[in-house]
Amino acid sequence: MRKELDESLRLAQHGGMTVDADLIPEDLYIPPDALIVILQAFTGPLDLLLYLIRRQNLDILDIPIAEVTKQYMSYIDMMTTARLELAGDYLVMSATLAQIKSNMLLPRPREATDEEPDPRAELVRRLLEYEQFKNAAGDLDQLPRLDRDVYPVHASFDEHLVKAIPSPVEMRELLVALSDVLDRARLVKDYEVSSEPLSVAHYMNLILERIQRTKEFVSFHEIIGESIDRTVIVVNFLAILELVKAGHLALVQREPFAPIFLGAVAHAS
Amino acid sequence: MSSVTEIKQIVEALLLVSDTPLSQQQIINVIEDDSEKQQELFQLVPRALYLIEQECQSRPYELIEVKSGFRLQIRSEMSSWIAKLLRHKPRKYSQATLETLVLIAYRQPITRGEIEQVRGVSVNTNTLRNLMDRGWVKELGPRDLPGRPMTYGTTNQFLDYFGLKSLHELPDLRESTEFSKNSLEVDLGTGSNLSSTATTDPVDSDKPTDPNSG
Repeated sequence: MRKELDESLRLAQHGGMTVDADLIPEDLYIPPDALIVILQAFTGPLDLLLYLIRRQNLDILDIPIAEVTKQYMSYIDMMTTARLELAGDYLVMSATLAQIKSNMLLPRPREATDEEPDPRAELVRRLLEYEQFKNAAGDLDQLPRLDRDVYPVHASFDEHLVKAIPSPVEMRELLVALSDVLDRARLVKDYEVSSEPLSVAHYMNLILERIQRTKEFVSFHEIIGESIDRTVIVVNFLAILELVKAGHLALVQREPFAPIFLGAVAHAS
Repeated sequence: MSSVTEIKQIVEALLLVSDTPLSQQQIINVIEDDSEKQQELFQLVPRALYLIEQECQSRPYELIEVKSGFRLQIRSEMSSWIAKLLRHKPRKYSQATLETLVLIAYRQPITRGEIEQVRGVSVNTNTLRNLMDRGWVKELGPRDLPGRPMTYGTTNQFLDYFGLKSLHELPDLRESTEFSKNSLEVDLGTGSNLSSTATTDPVDSDKPTDPNSG
């Protein structure tokens, strides 16, 4: 794009600083729309100036102001010819260039030339500063960018699954439930001391029978909380643990702190 | 208690499902909400993340850390294929937008006037608006100057988007190569004849060379 501009610039200088459509040879014809695009390729007067300097490999610390001003003005003229709305910033730069040029024409005192600041110094500083950020903009554009160079990885996840699968019952929960029942048992006074021998195996059978009979889930509290005898509760609890361990019983809880249910594990046989 | 392998599975699942990058603390909070029992996880989660990163080496995606946490992303080498699949043209940002953005990134807090000073052209209101709508730039409050001009800065989202952990990871501002060359010549001009030794001057050789990549 800028190569085309080179050509137009050359033509512009040739044709007395203005682009006249009649002066552009047939084979070098640039459609007016394209010209507008070319002209808009610059982000501002500094960008244009830098381009003019870099294009000709001029020493940025020793800019031939007269030459650069001439080229700059031809660009401004091209913009006018293309009837582009000329940004005020470009005109400010023309004025600045003209001022620098006139400053340089002024005779300088022979002595103290070293201390006399170069009238171009401020412009050079601004050009270099601008160039730094122009480069940085290019560098930033090179960074891998989300949705252009890199894409976040996603695995789909069916949210219904969260509700469908009951969360596994943790030992902690089970113990909380046990202490609940024990607490309740404590509220009732013992009225009888029985020396009934308690066997875990016996209670395992009782629980299993009961659950298999109902063929439904039975709440933990229902099974274990019926008794008011501490030892019976503990033996019941141990029986449940044994049954779960053996795979005869499954523990189900809909959500943390919800009631725990016991269900028979359906065997394939 | 829990093994690294177990934790690794959980961490990877969380990263895969999350729409935004996840910080280590976020991950740990999900695994164990009791802060007193998190001690062990402060060892396990970083190890799990390391393992995931290692495993990704044989995959087309990678684990990277950005400002707000960790993210799994498809490697940039794959981008052309992805673009083809999604049939979308990534949004391009104009030179003016990028220049405004870098000025805000490197010089924050910066006022609109300061941006205009460096760029030599007035800042289009839409440019700033777009950057703010995009969530990359935010207002940082007015500067204590006449007229109380608003200052601007970049957001965490900006860093996330460009895959950066912090502003320090932004590419170094480089001077023009010609300028550094010239300044070296100026130095040599004032000094004695050191040209042969000066060419190996690391200051010069370190400069990235690229005059025309704009």
